[in-house]
Amino acid sequence: MTVTGRDIRVVSPSELPEQAASWLDAGHRLALVAGHDDGPHLRAVYLFTSPRPPQRVELHVILDAAHPTVPSLAALSFPAGRFEREMHDLFGVIPLDHPLPRRLVRHPHWPAGWYPMRHDSGPAPSFDQTVEPYPFVTVEGPGVYEIPVGPVHAGLIEPGHFRFSVVGETILKLKARLWFVHRGMEKLFQGRTPAEGVHLAERISGDSAAAHALAFSQAVEDALGLEVTPTGQRIRALLVELERVYNHTTDLGALANDVGYSLLNGHAQAIRERLLRLNHSITGHRLLRGSIGPGVTRLNRLPDPDQLADIAADISELAHLILASTTVRDRFTGTAVLNQAQAEDLGCLGYVARASGLAGDARLDHPTCDEVPDLVGHGQGDVLARFLVRRDEIAASFELIGRLHDLIDDLSPPDATRHPSDPERRSGVGIVEGWRGTITHRLEMSRGRLTRVKVVDPSWFNWPALPAALADTIVPDFPLANKSFNLSYAGNDL
Amino acid sequence: MSAAGIAGTVAQVGTVAGGAPGVIGAMRQVRARLEGRAGPGAAQPYRDLRKLLTKEQLVPEGTTVVFSWAPAVIAAAALVTASIVPLATLGSPMDQAGDLFAVVGLLLMGTVALILAGLDTGTAFGGMGASREATIAALVEPTILLAVFALSVPANSSNLSVMVADTTRHAGHVLSPAGALAFAALVVVVIAETGRLPVDNPSTHLELTMVHEAMVLEYSGPKLAVIEWGAAMRLTVLLGVIANLFVPWGIAAGRGGALDVFIGLVAIGAKITVAAVALATVEVFLAKIRLFRVPELLAGSFLLALLAVTASYFLVGQPG
Repeated sequence: MTVTGRDIRVVSPSELPEQAASWLDAGHRLALVAGHDDGPHLRAVYLFTSPRPPQRVELHVILDAAHPTVPSLAALSFPAGRFEREMHDLFGVIPLDHPLPRRLVRHPHWPAGWYPMRHDSGPAPSFDQTVEPYPFVTVEGPGVYEIPVGPVHAGLIEPGHFRFSVVGETILKLKARLWFVHRGMEKLFQGRTPAEGVHLAERISGDSAAAHALAFSQAVEDALGLEVTPTGQRIRALLVELERVYNHTTDLGALANDVGYSLLNGHAQAIRERLLRLNHSITGHRLLRGSIGPGVTRLNRLPDPDQLADIAADISELAHLILASTTVRDRFTGTAVLNQAQAEDLGCLGYVARASGLAGDARLDHPTCDEVPDLVGHGQGDVLARFLVRRDEIAASFELIGRLHDLIDDLSPPDATRHPSDPERRSGVGIVEGWRGTITHRLEMSRGRLTRVKVVDPSWFNWPALPAALADTIVPDFPLANKSFNLSYAGNDL
Repeated sequence: MSAAGIAGTVAQVGTVAGGAPGVIGAMRQVRARLEGRAGPGAAQPYRDLRKLLTKEQLVPEGTTVVFSWAPAVIAAAALVTASIVPLATLGSPMDQAGDLFAVVGLLLMGTVALILAGLDTGTAFGGMGASREATIAALVEPTILLAVFALSVPANSSNLSVMVADTTRHAGHVLSPAGALAFAALVVVVIAETGRLPVDNPSTHLELTMVHEAMVLEYSGPKLAVIEWGAAMRLTVLLGVIANLFVPWGIAAGRGGALDVFIGLVAIGAKITVAAVALATVEVFLAKIRLFRVPELLAGSFLLALLAVTASYFLVGQPG
């Protein structure tokens, strides 16, 4: 299938709110906002996407480098407000009339007025400069107290600071302070060739190596007009499904572990290990690295269908056993509910959205492969729904893998070639349904080198949903609720 | 009071003090094996204690004598309990102190010391753990009192040694509806009291779900070692008391000699091991209940204890 064309429009800052509103009203989703430093001027790119038929619209706004300002879209879309804060932190583009013009991704130890993504930003300044205060909203009242947790935790998890305002055991408010792992990923891409860039893409979030590599490769192929063979697309889809299965299986066990049911976590870890070894045997890497690149798809061998069926049966039994415990069901049911309106307003993606009754899935909405999975959904929005979505998605993935397996006839399909009728574009977009949700990459190239890569991991959209879901949840249920979202810190904070 | 009794009590305390980490280690090892893990071996708690004892002692700023003395109080309370309850011998010289109310009071003293220490740190976790522990303790202690009281009715004494001695002569006194109800109630409260599943997860790393672990988060080095050791002794003593209340056979009689005391030690060791393995085995198949369900569980066990007391008065077996 060919990638649908993009509609690129250059608009003035004053036209932006009206244009954006009309696309959002027409059912488009704001998939990505990226700042660009073109030297003499800055440029903001707003990417809107819509499913069935797949459509992509880009609004480009040229900004004055000395006084870059854009009218804020925060009133139209919650994610837009967060993208604007990110763009301000990285490029110094000021969103006018923004309701919350505070820092988002830039650590308070970095000096004001230093914008790391500008071409003249220079090396990162040392951290010993003035520290901007980080005001937490103080909840006051009789019996209200605060519990600060992290950023260093007791377990081996990524760094994040959580501040709970609590009465008794009930959470009144949770503030999640993230952004402790900013690696400057997007800047690292700049100046590299696409073949080098894919190694970075695989490391954006370690558990989503295949999906990020695929989104990056799709964006490069879109920019260069490369056409991947149908077999190549099927192999790619197979790899992304294998990634989904091993991660969802880990989560099924981790959710059981967080209610103290470590027996079944042990079984889940054993199944995960079998899946990782399977990954290693078919791609040469346990985390599926190195199989997908721009225009390139490689597989050492196809997975054995009997072995897959075996693993699928074990996972199905595992999920059954977890839910057979009444205590586990009691802990899962009605815990940390994210209702459909909240999920829609926050722009949630992936299993979080599908557990709250939303139907988005890039495999169906922006298909690149001729085989698509059955859509899975549950509407309750609680921990149980997120568990069930994972369980059902594993089954759907195995079913899809079975169909793909029968259709893949060549393990090393020829590298993608330039479509003769397609002129070379300077920019490209890749949209992939990773296991956490829709991953979007947008990149620009010049003379065979990457000049700007913007990455949006689904965690970026889903993080604000966690505090929203925790209203009226009790403190000891937080780890369980957090695990049911299982958001990436590294994918969120590039 | 006999020389053998004194020697028996000393041996009893020594066995509890030395064997308690092994009980914890055995439970963890059983659990690991049942979950399909290799496990570190039953001796791991000893290695942990040795490691902690050689580590630097860190004291949080602003803490007071409450924080620094709590480990000693906990360990001392557990040691005194071990000396007055009938585990290996009925001939303890501290027999007169072995009263049901004294034992419950000693257990509560350790709990309160830890709760105060948790509060003394001034951290959110210490306070959170202390608040949860206080809620659980307030529900657990009356149940222990009531359940053991039900068992004391047939023996006409609240002295634990007299009760145990009575059971050795009249097995029917515990093989009764009152005994069964009291047993069920005691098992539940011992699980809650010692922080085991499904009330508290002793192996969790999730700070926000902790009860016992949250209170000891600020402890390090030798003081942490003493707390861990005290908690292990507490579990061991509780398991031993329950075992002897219901299955007292093997315990050395008041006038027994050295051989009887030795047999008593072997017997109580076996009983505690069996009870610990059983507890660990059941734990494997349990998930942790929601915190707000814990009072319901404990209220249920209190009701069982109350029924046990009632039954012990009304359902009196035929004398014989």
